[in-house]
Amino acid sequence: MLHIVVCVKQVPDSREIRIDPKTNTLIRQGVPSIVNFYDLHGLEEALKIKDEHGARVTVVTMGPPPAEKALKECISLGADEAVLVTDRGFAGADTLATSYVIAQTIEKCGKEWGPVDIVFCGKQTLDGDTGQVGPGVACRLDLEQLTYVGKVVQVDPNARRVTVQRFLEDGIEVVETKMPVLITALKELNKVRRASLPGMIRAARYKPIVWTTADFPELDRSKIGLKGSPTIVAKTWVPEVKPANTKMLEGETPEALAAALADQLWAGELAQKLGL
Amino acid sequence: MSEEAKAKVDEMPDWSAYRGVLIVVEQRAGVAKSVSWQLLGEGRKLADKLETDLLALVMGDGVGHLAEEAAYYGADKVYLCDAPELREYRTRPYSRVCLKLIEEAKPEIVLFGATGTGRDLAGAIATHLPTGLTADTTALDVEAPPSRLLLASRPAFSEKMMATILCKQYRPQMATARAGVFQALPRDTSRRAEIIRIDNPMKEAEIAARVIDFIGDSGKVNLEEAEVIVAGGRGLGGPEPFQMLKELADALGGKVGASRAAVDAGWINHDHQVGQTGHTVRPKLYFAIGISGAVQHTVGMSNSECIVAINKDPDAPIFQFAHYGIVGDLFKIVPAITAEVKKRRGALVHE
Ligand SMILES: Cc1cc2nc3c(=O)[nH]c(=O)nc-3n(C[C@H](O)[C@H](O)[C@H](O)COP(=O)(O)OP(=O)(O)OC[C@H]3O[C@@H](n4cnc5c(N)ncnc54)[C@H](O)[C@@H]3O)c2cc1C
Ligand SMILES: Cc1cc2nc3c(=O)[nH]c(=O)nc-3n(C[C@H](O)[C@H](O)[C@H](O)COP(=O)(O)OP(=O)(O)OC[C@H]3O[C@@H](n4cnc5c(N)ncnc54)[C@H](O)[C@@H]3O)c2cc1C
Repeated sequence: MLHIVVCVKQVPDSREIRIDPKTNTLIRQGVPSIVNFYDLHGLEEALKIKDEHGARVTVVTMGPPPAEKALKECISLGADEAVLVTDRGFAGADTLATSYVIAQTIEKCGKEWGPVDIVFCGKQTLDGDTGQVGPGVACRLDLEQLTYVGKVVQVDPNARRVTVQRFLEDGIEVVETKMPVLITALKELNKVRRASLPGMIRAARYKPIVWTTADFPELDRSKIGLKGSPTIVAKTWVPEVKPANTKMLEGETPEALAAALADQLWAGELAQKLGL
Repeated sequence: MSEEAKAKVDEMPDWSAYRGVLIVVEQRAGVAKSVSWQLLGEGRKLADKLETDLLALVMGDGVGHLAEEAAYYGADKVYLCDAPELREYRTRPYSRVCLKLIEEAKPEIVLFGATGTGRDLAGAIATHLPTGLTADTTALDVEAPPSRLLLASRPAFSEKMMATILCKQYRPQMATARAGVFQALPRDTSRRAEIIRIDNPMKEAEIAARVIDFIGDSGKVNLEEAEVIVAGGRGLGGPEPFQMLKELADALGGKVGASRAAVDAGWINHDHQVGQTGHTVRPKLYFAIGISGAVQHTVGMSNSECIVAINKDPDAPIFQFAHYGIVGDLFKIVPAITAEVKKRRGALVHE
């Protein structure tokens, strides 16, 4: 049977974050935590593959204990098992350190429940928003990597091949490769199902599996958390609105205003540059 | 910053073996992405400040001409890997070539376009090296020697904040950078660069991935490349007035853009959206018509060379960004401008 691991992250809904105008800092209070929605599309695709071919779906997250809530949501949708990787030592991780821990976790999932064939990640998160964890995990586990996937065309468990459509800026690329593979999910991939009643009941009773650094005897401590992170956020600031240098055009009629604008545009080099 | 983070910033190893700023040029079917030339423009500034070379890496099949182009856009030295296995982008062969070059040439900074391909590639390479990778930067600078640190700044928290990210303990310092933010140098065909051919270490039999098809959609508006954009917002009130904008755009040889409000209302499709969740553009001339100027919109267009705002509300925030402001009813003003533009262009033609 296929073993599919879905990586999910609990994130503050950054669309709800506001800036305190007095202190120029983020107001995080009252901002809801949600499952990064791209990850839910990854989970949905895993569940679709499970419906079609039969598969074991394991969900993993690295985060503080409240991230358990995100895992329960995944269980209610139909995931078989969920793992919370949590430890103070993991805090402050950038994408390099995050991908190290996630990769170790997936490897351990493979040892516990059978080799992993497909890993789903989101295209990016709503908070860190880098889209780098997926490629990082693929690189560490030496998996084939298919990013920005908007459609899974075919999964062939016997031939062990996967065909997808990657949605890029300039068009759609159809790519086929072999398993094991890591796929990063776009929202175009599918429509996320609703939790079923039995799913919700199971989730209410479900206790996620919790792993800490102690569960990874081989873990290289120099590669985790802040210590294992090459990037440092040195400074944050609120971008200033450029000082107004606006020339307000005057005119009694629309025609006069249009002429005033044209005078300005044709006076400088702009019209020349544009070949007007 | 925590004590631990501070301590980390303060000590820095000796990186004197790493020199040069490397731009990884992205292409499809032998046509370069404009972000590559924009990055060469920005890279030129960084390299000059560091008193070092600007390097470019061109990978593909039949892409020798792009090596020369890279020189025209500012590179001092171009590494060229031209091989049939590199005809289409695939992570493994491309990352192998990059890794080999980075290990040999030891650049201190490596930049990629923050495109699907650029991010795919950069994410794999940074992990392999390993080194830090700053995502989706919109501002780059360097500290002058001796520190030579890359100051890579990126929007965070839905563009509400900016963060400057450093990588002190590892080399190279890597970043992906957003298209449309930086400016390319004028193409100068008299510029020459040393072109160094490098081998592709990976044979076809070792590559599992196959690109079966590419469905380019040519009907798509390419706002990032447009020199003139006439954008409309909720003030248009419906889909029909976009025709009026199209007429002005046509008169100026431009393209039509839109705010998210207009896209969400279903008046025009998402390809036209400018802003945080749409395109970042830097045309020479940008019209914001019936657009209020929310930050999620302005992050996508504030780098335009000349911005004209038309809004009936004199206090609309868009006027803080505009070079020219017109307060009034767009339904009256836009047709008048179109007529005026046609008149002036016609006049020039007849002269
Ligand atoms: C302001 C700011 C800027 C930052 N900029 C950078 C930067 O430029 N470079 C950098 O290396 N780090 C950066 N970081 C740190 C980065 O946000 C964290 O490393 C974060 O934990 C992982 O990156 P991400 O959220 O961007 O994930 P992404 O790479 O965007 O996530 C992609 C997918 O990976 C999976 N995934 C990610 N995190 C987890 C997790 N904890 N558990 C399970 N699955 C997961 C999910 O499926 C997710 O959809 C920044 C942090 C801040 C606060
Ligand atoms: C996470 C997130 C991402 C987002 N991403 C984007 C993005 O990529 N791009 C984007 O644009 N927005 C984005 N937004 C939405 C953004 O916050 C604003 O809601 C949006 O830009 C408003 O669009 P608008 O200016 O067209 O509409 P409004 O704010 O409603 O402004 C309409 C303007 O038209 C003027 N007007 C009305 N009638 C006339 C008339 N007859 N003549 C002249 N003027 C008239 C009004 O005075 C008003 O200023 C995003 C929001 C979020 C939360």
